[in-house]
Amino acid sequence: MTALTPAPQGGTAAGSDRPVELRMRVDWPGFVLEVDLALPGRGVTALFGHSGSGKTTLLRCIAGLERQGRGRLAFQGEVWQDSARRIFVPTHRRPLGYVFQEASLFPHLSVQKNLDYGRKRVGTEPSVSLAQAVELLGIGHLLGRLPARLSGGERQRVAIARALATSPRLLLMDEPLAALDLKRKAEILPYLERLHAELDIPVFYVSHSPDEVARLADHVVLLAEGRAVASGGLQETLARLDLPLAFSEDAGVVIAAVVATHDDNYHLSRLDFPGGNVVVARRREPIGTRLRVRVHARDVSLALERATGTSIANLLPAQVTEIADADTPAHVLVRLDAGGTPLLARITRRSLDQLGVARGKALWAQIKAVALLSD
Amino acid sequence: MLDDLHPALSHADWAAVWLTLRLASVTTVILMFVGTPIAWWLARTRSRLKAVVGAVVALPLVLPPTVLGFYLLVTMGPFGPVGRFTQWLGIGLLPFTFPGLVVASVFYSLPFVVQPIQNAFEAIGERPLEVAATLRAGPWDRFFTVVLPLATPGFITAAILGFAHTVGEFGVVLMIGGNIPEQTRVVSVAIYDHVEALEYAEAHVLAAGMLVFSFVVLLTLYSRNNKVWK
Repeated sequence: MTALTPAPQGGTAAGSDRPVELRMRVDWPGFVLEVDLALPGRGVTALFGHSGSGKTTLLRCIAGLERQGRGRLAFQGEVWQDSARRIFVPTHRRPLGYVFQEASLFPHLSVQKNLDYGRKRVGTEPSVSLAQAVELLGIGHLLGRLPARLSGGERQRVAIARALATSPRLLLMDEPLAALDLKRKAEILPYLERLHAELDIPVFYVSHSPDEVARLADHVVLLAEGRAVASGGLQETLARLDLPLAFSEDAGVVIAAVVATHDDNYHLSRLDFPGGNVVVARRREPIGTRLRVRVHARDVSLALERATGTSIANLLPAQVTEIADADTPAHVLVRLDAGGTPLLARITRRSLDQLGVARGKALWAQIKAVALLSD
Repeated sequence: MLDDLHPALSHADWAAVWLTLRLASVTTVILMFVGTPIAWWLARTRSRLKAVVGAVVALPLVLPPTVLGFYLLVTMGPFGPVGRFTQWLGIGLLPFTFPGLVVASVFYSLPFVVQPIQNAFEAIGERPLEVAATLRAGPWDRFFTVVLPLATPGFITAAILGFAHTVGEFGVVLMIGGNIPEQTRVVSVAIYDHVEALEYAEAHVLAAGMLVFSFVVLLTLYSRNNKVWK
């Protein structure tokens, strides 16, 4: 399956290339979290892992909500915590926004007053205007209501706007969609993508959903049992075969593509990326729009020659870079380089032997029928 | 005159009613200030002392009022530590005075104020405070803008119970306050006096008044709708 989502446009002003340095250890009975990371000061960083992997605890340490954490945390050169020097900046003095899994609006305050709560406590002139936050999350018509009169999705949008209204220099989001059903998720995801595209605030986003990570993240930290097993750019990290990520049902890559042409006869659009292109059902986005294409390993098959007489439209010349065991003994995962764009293919071990697939071999990757995740 | 309108209530009885209301009001106000930090601590602490403090606060619920009154009398008396201290301060001794009654009432009604507030604090949980902290609110700010508004029903319950329970005390007052008109002679003591003197009509008026008052208070309490924000 190939999934398409609009890609972030990249911000301009506030974000910094100075990394967030995070060295943290939390010792609890039966659970130890220990990480030493340098995270990007711009874009969306996904803290990704199963429940119990420590991702929420890590986010709470960054916010200063977990006092048991020991270590050092510096954000864009400002030290927020340094246990060795007994420095601990309390949460309310850290210029961050936090969106919890449940919206956690103040029940006694109207939407407007919820938004005002953080905003009026920020001393400096905010870089995100309240009107901008309200517009971005589409909550203008809800301002007079009490939280009890909102739907789950509306509440979470208000919570996001409330965090944004403080003009945070770092936005922390703890599975903001996890408590919502599929329909509500679909309702909020476009707002998160807009946020990413229109505001230049670094976001740390906790998630256990590969789909959300593929749609939103630029950088991925993979957490397992309290350790960071990988930290890197989205494309490289998803295409790594040595990570547990590769063994999931959802193994696959994300390709950053650009809408190149529309074919109105056949209702198709061509998306270009370094190393090739894919043809998908007609997109509404204008030519030049950047889109993310998600290609699952299970939707990529291999051929020794350019196939003719096939309905598969998307064929890419590629070279095998790595072969690894998959989650079942019947399958292997093949990592390919399609002119600079990494791809994963999940094929049977028998096909591997019959085709003589080996590292360095040049062949054709066939991307099967296209499905759209968002529209 | 009030006495003409209510012939069954003598001037002394009216004084007892007034004194009772004054005692209950002063006690309630003090208890709200004393009880809130205790309730906050009990609701938040992970200290092992929590059980001990909680039990001490709850003692008046189970102790005979005479026990509480007896020990208060001893501590505040001329040879007790509190008594020596008040004498050293130059304010004399507290037993058989209105301030003495207030001190005794504060102890006696403490659990009735602490427990509803503590329950309200516990019901709020950590989350709204964490949210407020991420929205730049400091600890005091969080308390006044989040905790107080969210715990308001608990505070109202606490004030009503504290007031009503103080109005209804008898044993402690008798031990600490004695029976000095306009000083320590509250309604419950006045009723006792009337019965002792076989003045049943007067006792009836005061007793019926207490009955109606208590019923109305409890009725108010139980019919209040706590779901204010729905």
